[in-house]
Amino acid sequence: MKRDAGFRPASRPSLLRRIGRALVPLLWLGPSIVLIAVVVLWPVIEMVRTSLLKISSSGVTLGNRGSANYTDLFDEDALVPVVLRTLLWVAGIVVVTMVLSLAIGQLLNARFPGRRVVRWAVIVPWAASVLMTALIWKWMLDNYSGIVNRVLLDLHVIDKPVNWLGHPHQAMIWMMWVAVFVSLPFTSFVILAGLQSIPGDVYEAARVDGAGAFRTYFGITLPLLRPAVLIASIINVINVFNSFPIIWAMTAGGPGHATDTTTTFMYKLAFYDQHVGESAAMAVVNFVLILVMVLVYLRATRWREEVR
Amino acid sequence: MKRSPVRKVLLTGVGWLVALIFVAPYLQMFLTSLKTEHELTKSPGTYLPGHWQWSNFVDVWKAAPIWTNMRVSLIVAAVATVVTLACAMPAAYYTARNRFRGRGAFLLLVLVTQMFAPTALVIGIFREMVALNLTDTLMALILVNAAFNLPFCVWILHGYFSSIPKELEEAAFLDGAGRLGALFRVTLPISTPGVITAVVYTFISAWNEYIVALTVTASPNRQPLTVAIPSFVTQYQAHWQYLFATSLIAIVPVVILFVFIERYLIGGLTAGSVK
Repeated sequence: MKRDAGFRPASRPSLLRRIGRALVPLLWLGPSIVLIAVVVLWPVIEMVRTSLLKISSSGVTLGNRGSANYTDLFDEDALVPVVLRTLLWVAGIVVVTMVLSLAIGQLLNARFPGRRVVRWAVIVPWAASVLMTALIWKWMLDNYSGIVNRVLLDLHVIDKPVNWLGHPHQAMIWMMWVAVFVSLPFTSFVILAGLQSIPGDVYEAARVDGAGAFRTYFGITLPLLRPAVLIASIINVINVFNSFPIIWAMTAGGPGHATDTTTTFMYKLAFYDQHVGESAAMAVVNFVLILVMVLVYLRATRWREEVR
Repeated sequence: MKRSPVRKVLLTGVGWLVALIFVAPYLQMFLTSLKTEHELTKSPGTYLPGHWQWSNFVDVWKAAPIWTNMRVSLIVAAVATVVTLACAMPAAYYTARNRFRGRGAFLLLVLVTQMFAPTALVIGIFREMVALNLTDTLMALILVNAAFNLPFCVWILHGYFSSIPKELEEAAFLDGAGRLGALFRVTLPISTPGVITAVVYTFISAWNEYIVALTVTASPNRQPLTVAIPSFVTQYQAHWQYLFATSLIAIVPVVILFVFIERYLIGGLTAGSVK
């Protein structure tokens, strides 16, 4: 475009080089971007699209349905209880997990004989598959032969075997306990890692100032653990929200929809009831719920920081 | 703080109690796997096996094609781990070392991906695999496991690489090691805890993955252990002893793996959660 032709030969390679330089990051990031695009973003788009389609039970697309899948979903009697149960499920499990993990992390950081072995023991539920852990709890809670009933009978806490997983409320509490149990190892180790990154001289200073154990913990340890707690709780919210194997193995969401969360409800809609479009709508709603919860959580924690 | 002996005894007691609570269900798994099928129908249940049926661990291999399922689990977990690391390491390294256009966008993409779980997307994944003609293949399982563990690996490795001073690498570079030489001889060895954490995390979550395998696979010889195991207990049969024998066979190697890397794990998580 310049009249001065003399610039051209010089500017062309430099333009190429500039394009080349801009493309260098793609060399390093390319594989990740492709993998995410093909295996994560494609299903996301496919899911949103499916939620607007009419799909036969054999998976053939029969045309557009507009928002009909969503109105069908919102007309389900089970929906509101399922969503409320899911919120309770997430909040209950994450809060209990965080509180217990703060204690366990502290314990694993303290010095006592056999600490190594205790750390290994705490890792076990992390290494075991959640499904297998859920199955052993199901067996331990078995109506006829379960060890839980046996122990409680022997201790005279109950006088006849209880069908723990047969009653929705009891089943829910036990399943929430199993979810806490499998979330504890990862969370406790994140807390432990957080504790180990706190330099020792901070505690030294607190001791010189004459702060007691209680004040040291709430004034120094807990605030310094903030990043670890934040990350662990966000990961837990996402994991617990999407938790499927525990409920699937222990009650399959039954009886009826009495112990379903949005995840198992969604799965049943697609693969039992063959309402694929409606199930996709449920998945979209599910994702919006997770997004809202994470945003609210982030907002709440930042808000607390501003207040302090 | 005074280190009184009472405190030490108390800590030790609580410590061992916590350990017992965490191991108890798996102890119960072990005891159940050694009972006879007849004993398992007794009510109320027994504490210890009346007869220690060690042969359950031999018979289970004949009762179901566990070996095939185990091989599927192993292939899927191993290949997915390699793919994830091969994609995550360059991305994490480059974003930790360089400022460039699109860096923020990429890190945001990773963060958003972290929020998606296969469970939430299972319908979309299933329909994609149908479209790609990949249903009932190991390829589908490998791709899904590799992709969904990628964000965590990028995140942890990014934290780790960022924590290594650039000067260290530059020194090696000036000593004539070359850019890649400096990367392989200096940065990677220091990042071992981060890399190990990423490897173990990916391997274990792929080894334990359930819902996608349940949905995408159909033939028994392409199902991983997690999908095969529940079929020991159905409406028609209740081989709890085999179910838990197989579970233990699947759990024990992973626990041993975990025990070996426990020390690195804390270092890896520290870098990831603090940076």
